[in-house]
Amino acid sequence: MTVPMLELRHIRKNFGALNVTDDVSLTIPRHELHAMIGPNGAGKTTLIHQISGLLPSNSGTLLLNGEDITALDLPQRARKGIVRSFQITSILPHFSTLENVALAVQARSGSSFRFFGRADREAVLNDAALAALTEVGLQDRANLRAGLLSHGEKRQLELAIALAAQPSVLLLDEPLAGTGPEESAVLTDLLRRLKGRLTIVLIEHDMEAVFSLADRISVLVYGKIIATDTPQAIRDNPEVRTAYLGEETA
Amino acid sequence: MIMRREILPLSIFLAFAVLPLLGNFGSDAFILSIVTRVMIFAIAAVSLDLILGYGALVSFGHAAFLGIGAYAVGILSAHGIREAAIQIPAALIVSALFALLTGAISLRTKGIYFIMITLAFGQMAYFFAVSLAAYGGDDGMTLPGRSLFFGYDIAQSERAFYFLVFACLIAVYAACRMIVTSRFGRVIRGARENPQRMEAIGFSLFAYQLTIYVIAGTLCGLAGFLLANQTQFVSPAYMTWQRSGELIVMVLLGGLGSLNGAILGAAAFLLLEEGLSHFTEYWKLYFGPFLVLVVLFARGGLMGGFKRLTGTGDGR
Repeated sequence: MTVPMLELRHIRKNFGALNVTDDVSLTIPRHELHAMIGPNGAGKTTLIHQISGLLPSNSGTLLLNGEDITALDLPQRARKGIVRSFQITSILPHFSTLENVALAVQARSGSSFRFFGRADREAVLNDAALAALTEVGLQDRANLRAGLLSHGEKRQLELAIALAAQPSVLLLDEPLAGTGPEESAVLTDLLRRLKGRLTIVLIEHDMEAVFSLADRISVLVYGKIIATDTPQAIRDNPEVRTAYLGEETA
Repeated sequence: MIMRREILPLSIFLAFAVLPLLGNFGSDAFILSIVTRVMIFAIAAVSLDLILGYGALVSFGHAAFLGIGAYAVGILSAHGIREAAIQIPAALIVSALFALLTGAISLRTKGIYFIMITLAFGQMAYFFAVSLAAYGGDDGMTLPGRSLFFGYDIAQSERAFYFLVFACLIAVYAACRMIVTSRFGRVIRGARENPQRMEAIGFSLFAYQLTIYVIAGTLCGLAGFLLANQTQFVSPAYMTWQRSGELIVMVLLGGLGSLNGAILGAAAFLLLEEGLSHFTEYWKLYFGPFLVLVVLFARGGLMGGFKRLTGTGDGR
């Protein structure tokens, strides 16, 4: 019996009387691409916030590779290997594209309490950053100011940043949000290449992408997981169809 | 490009270097003393720029460190210890400890609350100084003379003191330049732009911000040491909240987050103050609108204007 990469046990979050995350338990094995779908307001992003440590949970336990990480905050969990992207693109707009990624490399490579030497000339950091940029296809943009990238490129950059942080679990909050068809195809291809190399939790509204990428899918409705299964089984699940997919296709 | 970026700081320092050589300034060495004051405040402004400009932490209590540095000189002198080799470490260590203590509390807050709490700590330091009856209380105290350097009274001459301050400014500037481009400095600059992004890749920002706060406070303590030596007088007036505000204005006037700008800002502020006050005692009446114009029309302060003129920099 192998230890699951990520395990959520009875995770809860309420804002006043509103249960945004209502007793969610979920086990995600190593290297699975687990998609999370559900109607707007189902609590998907809140759940990602809770897993990443951005929002503390009201109760419940979170295990990473068997280790209890419930008490850790966002940066501590990032150092443990849980790295996330944001629904609204989150980059450093005045830094070069390369430096955006180099900072993520720096976070995982030695101490950052170094006061001597120019960080932007450290070959170790820049080489690893360039490798991550190449991975997402942004190597030509390395020296451009990140704020000047197109929207789709910013989404690619955010993925490069996350990859450079060497995650064991990658949390992606709508990586395709706001992208055009071409950009979306580039990103979907990228996710397909990442699949199987690391554990990914994916929130996405693009059903085509979700059903083609995911190993398993969880359906979240009003903060509760109503089904977790393979894409085919989810497609055929009558409860899911009424709760969510039915409304979409109708 | 690298060479072009260095033109401005090199010109600034060259100007400071040749000024005392440009002939005789007369017996009172009036201009020399003003420029010495400019350089002392430039050190304070550069140190504030580290947290205000690079860290986006608006500290409204930075003058407390000027006062701490000054009182280290005053209190030790009052007990007969005029040796700089003792006074300087004392000034720096007390400044660092004060920064560590107040920073550890202040940095738990953000935005306007950070401004208010640093202001409160600054006021606490001010009133503590006022309460020091043995050291002049409200009136402050006159020093017996400038500090001794390894027993020698070398800083007594205005010209020698000028070069001492100049050397300190160069050292502080060089140290800060190194810090802001280092790994550490990059974390600080990243946190200014997007703290959540920085935390999401694994940086626990509190420790970094506390460190930069302590560095800035310590360097400003050095400015306090120099200020007490220049005026040979120490008083609570060095750490009023107005003085903290003036330091912020200097940094804003010069341009946030550029170090060179902080030096230019300190120079512009003090020279305008000096110049305008010759014409009228209501000089602030003219200085206020001038500041408003700079903020409105010269975004990025003097440095912003310089960059637009020369086409250097990234237009930030």
